[in-house]
Order: sequence, then C-alpha cells, then structure tokens
Amino acid sequence: MSATAEATAGPRSEAARGWSLPPWWEKALFPLFILAAILFPFFFDSGGSVMGTATLALAYCVMALGLNIIVGFAGLLDLGFVAFFAIGAYVMGWFGSLFFAEINDEKGIHILTAGRASELPGIHMNFILVLVCAVIATTIAGMLIGLPTLRLRGDYIAIVTLAFGEIIGRIAINGDALKIAGQPLTAGRQGITPVDKIDLPFLEPFTSLELRPWYWMALALVAVALGVSFALRNSRLGRAWIALREDEVAAVAMGVPAVKTKLLAYGTGAAFGGMSGAFLGSFNNTVNADQFQFYFSILILGMVILGGLGSIWGVVLGAIVLTTINFYLIPDVFNSIPSKLGFDFDTTQITFAIYGFLLVIMMIIRPEGLIPERRRKQELHDESEDALVAQAP
Amino acid sequence: MEAATVPAGPAVRGDRLKAFIGTYGLIAVLLALPVYFAIYDLVNDGDLTRIGNNLVDGISNGAIWALVAIGYTLVYGIVELINFAHGEVFMIGSFIAASMFTTFGLTEDTSVLPLAIALLVIIVICMFGSGILNTMIERVGYRPLRNAPKLAPLITAVGFSFILQNVGLLWRGGSQEGIPDLIRSQHEVFSIAGVEITNGDLLSILVTIPLLLLMTAFIGRSRLGKAMRATAQDPEAARLMGINVDTTISMTFLLGGMLAGAAGLIYALYQTTIWYFQGFTAGLIAFTAAVMGGIGNIKGAVLGGFIIGFIQQLSDNRDELFGFFPLGSAWTPAVVFAYLILIMVFKPSGLLGEQTRDAG
Repeated sequence: MSATAEATAGPRSEAARGWSLPPWWEKALFPLFILAAILFPFFFDSGGSVMGTATLALAYCVMALGLNIIVGFAGLLDLGFVAFFAIGAYVMGWFGSLFFAEINDEKGIHILTAGRASELPGIHMNFILVLVCAVIATTIAGMLIGLPTLRLRGDYIAIVTLAFGEIIGRIAINGDALKIAGQPLTAGRQGITPVDKIDLPFLEPFTSLELRPWYWMALALVAVALGVSFALRNSRLGRAWIALREDEVAAVAMGVPAVKTKLLAYGTGAAFGGMSGAFLGSFNNTVNADQFQFYFSILILGMVILGGLGSIWGVVLGAIVLTTINFYLIPDVFNSIPSKLGFDFDTTQITFAIYGFLLVIMMIIRPEGLIPERRRKQELHDESEDALVAQAP
Repeated sequence: MEAATVPAGPAVRGDRLKAFIGTYGLIAVLLALPVYFAIYDLVNDGDLTRIGNNLVDGISNGAIWALVAIGYTLVYGIVELINFAHGEVFMIGSFIAASMFTTFGLTEDTSVLPLAIALLVIIVICMFGSGILNTMIERVGYRPLRNAPKLAPLITAVGFSFILQNVGLLWRGGSQEGIPDLIRSQHEVFSIAGVEITNGDLLSILVTIPLLLLMTAFIGRSRLGKAMRATAQDPEAARLMGINVDTTISMTFLLGGMLAGAAGLIYALYQTTIWYFQGFTAGLIAFTAAVMGGIGNIKGAVLGGFIIGFIQQLSDNRDELFGFFPLGSAWTPAVVFAYLILIMVFKPSGLLGEQTRDAG
C-alpha cells in the first residue's frame, strides 16, 4: 500500500502539508551543528556530569545513526543491536587492557602505544587501530547475523536479531568459563577493567578527570557517522535500501540485489555500533557483561523511533533527548525536586515509571517522531486520508 | 490467527527440493537435542528416566509459556504489534494471585476442598485483573497510534513495560519473594517407569489444556471470534462488513491478558517464587515461542511453548552437549535462542506459520 501511496503523492500532498523547510536544510544544518557542538564544552565544567552526559549522548548518537541505517533506511527491524556494542567494546577490552596478562611471557604486546601503556603486560594497541579492528569485527558480525534473516520477513527479522543479541550477551556473561587456549574469552560480570585511556598521536593521553577530549573524540565519531549517513542516503545503495524497505518484491523485480543490499545495511550499521562500542569501552573504563542487556537494544531503538525513523537529524535529536532524560534529567534533576519542595519522598524508586511514562507521552504526542523523514511524512499523510475516505459513510 | 494467512502460491519445481531440505532439516534440528540425550541416558543410566523427567517438567513449564505466548500471537495477528508489555501483564497476574492468597488466608495447611474453591475464585480474579489491565494499556497506549508508523506503538509498549515493572517493584519489593507452596508443587502424585508426576505438573496441565480448548473453540465458533479473525485478515473490509474493529481489538487484548493472568497464577503456584522482573524473562521466552510456532497462529504458539519448555529443561539439567558445547542453566537462554535461529533458517515462517498479511 505504501508504495502506491508514494507514487500518487506529489504536488497534492506537498501543498496540503502547508509549510515545509527547503530540502537542503538538512545538509545546511551539518556544519552549524558541528560548530555549535565543538563550542559546547566551553560553557560547562570539564569534569562535571553535564560533560559526562554529553559525551554519552554523542556516543549513543553514533549507535543510533548506525541502527537508523538498518531499521530506518533498509527497514530491517533489529532488536539485537547490543551485539555490536558488545563486540566493539570487547575488541577494546582485548586489545587495550591487562586482560591477556600472560601473553608473550608476561611482557605483553604493544603496537604504536606510548607512555604507561607500553610497559604493561597484556595487549595494548593504539586507539585508532582498535577502532579499525572494532569496525572490521562488527562489520563481519553484522553480515553474519544478517545471513539467516535474508529469507525472513517483517518481525521475524526482529526476533532473530534479538536472539543473536541475547546469545552474544550470554557469551559475555559466561565467557569467563569459556577457555580458548587456556585464556578466558571475557571477564564475565566482573568486567575487564581498567581499560586503556584513548591515546591519540600528537595529543596528550586522555584522563578521566578531563572530559572535554573525550567529548570531542565522540563528536568526531558523530561527524563521521553523520557524513556517511548523508552520503549513503541519496546514493545508489541508499536508494536501493529505501526501495527494499518500501516493497521488496518490486525492488527485486527492478534489479535491486536484495542479498547484497541487505547485508551491506547490516554491515554498515554494525560498524557504527562497533566504533561507538570501542569508544565506550575506554570511556567507561570497563567492559562488563552486565552492560550488554536487551534493554540497551531497546534504548537505541527508542532513540531511532522517537527521533523519526530514517530521519538523520531526528535520530540525532532522539539520541540526545533520551540520553539526557536517562542519565541527567531523571537521576540528577528530577530526584532533587521533592527535597527542594520540602517533601519527604524518594523519587529514585519510580525512575523506571517516569521513564516509561515519558516514552508513552512522547510517542503519543509525536507518533511519527520528533523530526519525521520527509518521505514517511508524505506516506502518513496520504494513508490517513485513505483512512478518512474508508470511514466515510 | 489462522485466518490471517493466505494460501501460498503453487509450488515451482525448484522449490520442491528446497521444501524437502526445509522439512527434513527442520526435523533433524528439532530432534537433535532430545535424541542425543535419549541415547546418552540409555548408554549411561540404562533407561530413559532422566529425559522422561525433563520432558514432564518441560511440558508443565511449557504450558505456562504457551498461555503467555497466545497473548502475543493474538495481539500480533490482529494489530501486528509486538506487545512488549505482555510479559509484565503476566507478572501482575502472579502478583494479584500472591496477594489473593493472603486475602483468602490460604496457607500450606489449607485442606483440598476449600483450597480448590478458593483457587477457582482466584483464577477468575487474576484473569480479569490482567485482562482489564491489558485492555486499558491498549486503550491508552496503542489505540491513539493506530494510524501511526508501525513501530511507534512498539515504543509505547516498552514504556508500559517499564511502568508496570515499577508498579511491581513498589508493590512487592525488588527481591525474589517466596510465597506459600499451597499445592505442595513438588509432591509426587504418581510415577510411570520412574518418571515423577508432581502436583505442580498436574495443576499446570489441568488448567492449561481446558483453557486452550476453550480459547480455540471461542475463536473458531463464536461471533466475536469470527470478528477477530476477520479483523486480522483485513481491518478495512471487516469495518465495511459492520464489524466494530475497535471493540474487537479491545476484546483480543482482554482475551490475551486473561490467559496471561491464568498463567501468572499457575506460575506462582508452580514456582512458588515471584518477583517484579519475572515478566521480562517470561515475555521474551513467550515471544520466542510465538515466533517459533509461526506468529499469528495459536496452535503454533502452544507448540512453541512446549518445545521451549522442553529445551529449557534439557539444557538446565545437563552439563555439556556433544562433549564441547557447555550447557546448564547459565547457558539456557543462549540454547533456546540458537534453536530459534536454526528453526527460522529451515522454516522462515515458523513451524506452523504460513505467509502473513505483511508478506503479501
């Protein structure tokens, strides 16, 4: 139905929508956003909770942009995105900590590291190399996870990706008992900690007290993710994704290679998850199995849907809004309200409910997302018109 | 729902080979674990008692999953929504049951007849409590989003799931709570060739089977059941035929919630521990069961529930598979999901599923 709605949309619905920004606003916003984001830290305390939340928000932004490629562009509902977070974070944990302490006669392996890390046992690699490894590992993982879903339709894809996410989560939890050549695979719930701080060439090593460099590093990742998203969306591949999303049979009939196109969507989306995962491994200073729960996938999916499926700026906004609610508004601001008003009421007990309530309210007020994708807005408009016609006596 | 399916097109010759591999690969996958452990038991113990016990426990656990899974499948069949709050509705059912035990003053010493009468009353209360809760969630969270993008209600469902978990947390605290073992659930009733049938097994089967039969009859025969199937097949056409689609959808949520409430009571009696997070695990397992059987298909959901119950028991009670895969309760979720993926590979529409409306 959506495909026909698409075809018959056009001048009529364009006019019916009343107002709209010119189509180039999305790209025009890109430099403005980056500039504003670069300047943002100068207004806040470098070690404070605002900077911490902002850094997290940017890291989650990268994940959400990745998931947006899979769910928003290609229309493959992925409920197991946490798998890529886990793989990225473990690549960071394996190649940037004391975890493999016995390796190389306890002297360790060091690749392009400087300072303290180059004297410690275990494998230590430069963060850029870790990032590359994480991207490669998650791209491969993404394609492997995509393989069994190729024959599936609709929500069956959701459960198979969910299943992979849960299996990876289980391996993370029980991995301390899984010995490969005498080495455990993960550190289970105890976590791999400490993890090397990011150490970029020509720069001072990052520290946990000074959060601005972390923030800018995350921002650089966001810029990459944004750039790739914009470049891909209108490319041949991006159009193939949208065609598959709208009508797979028609797209295949028109010569879109379904297998390759879908696998590339999984691979690209997963790569962003891995990138951000490696960053978060270092930022959180631990790679802990308890981080890789189903609710993480739902959190990221919530960012994508709340922001507006397929809408790049919508997803960025969604990520910022949900992270702020989750890690700043509820724990820091909201919980202090009763004591300020003089009530003796412990709000920490109802944080879950507040979060759930906000999700419900936001979704009901803006069902198509905070900043809907133009194409979807047209479809929705058209479908609601169809529904009106159907309801008429 | 069965009616939501459309007949597959005529098979092309190349597809026959695929169908052959699909069918036999599927059978091989399904039987791999049970057959392996049956042989293992025969070699090591000399009889099949151990796997027999696993099977019985698996069926009684599976019955609970089946009841919850039907709720998923009914809702999915009619509004194509993965109702993430359903597991929490089941949890609330358990909590209502536990509170009712106290209200009715039931203890381990209550004799059989008063206990049976009280439980009959309680199961009705649980069913209506959960059912009405589910209907209210639909009214508030899903109905306003009927014309919204398909994934929007998914997020409100998650929102309600959080809210209900918090309700559970405030209601009975954050830790696992033991409740009176009213039916002496582990007490053996009789045994066949060393396979124990306990009170719990008996209860779970005796409650589930009639409910399942009732449900199938209701959906197959009653006016409302027909309306549900019609709405599942094509909401627009159903509306044109004079079916009140909104009422029908509400009733579907009521039915699903009622089954979850019954499952909640059985769970409380069978496991004798409840906590606010039980709904999350149960929801995930039941959803998996629904998909395994072919989402939208009630018989499939029941079959999926029993299969998963059995796999869980097999995995919980064994240490390793083929000498190198580790098993045990820590690995059980991974085993269940691996099974699901394998089944999906061989039968992409689930065990009993056919092409759904979505696929057309």
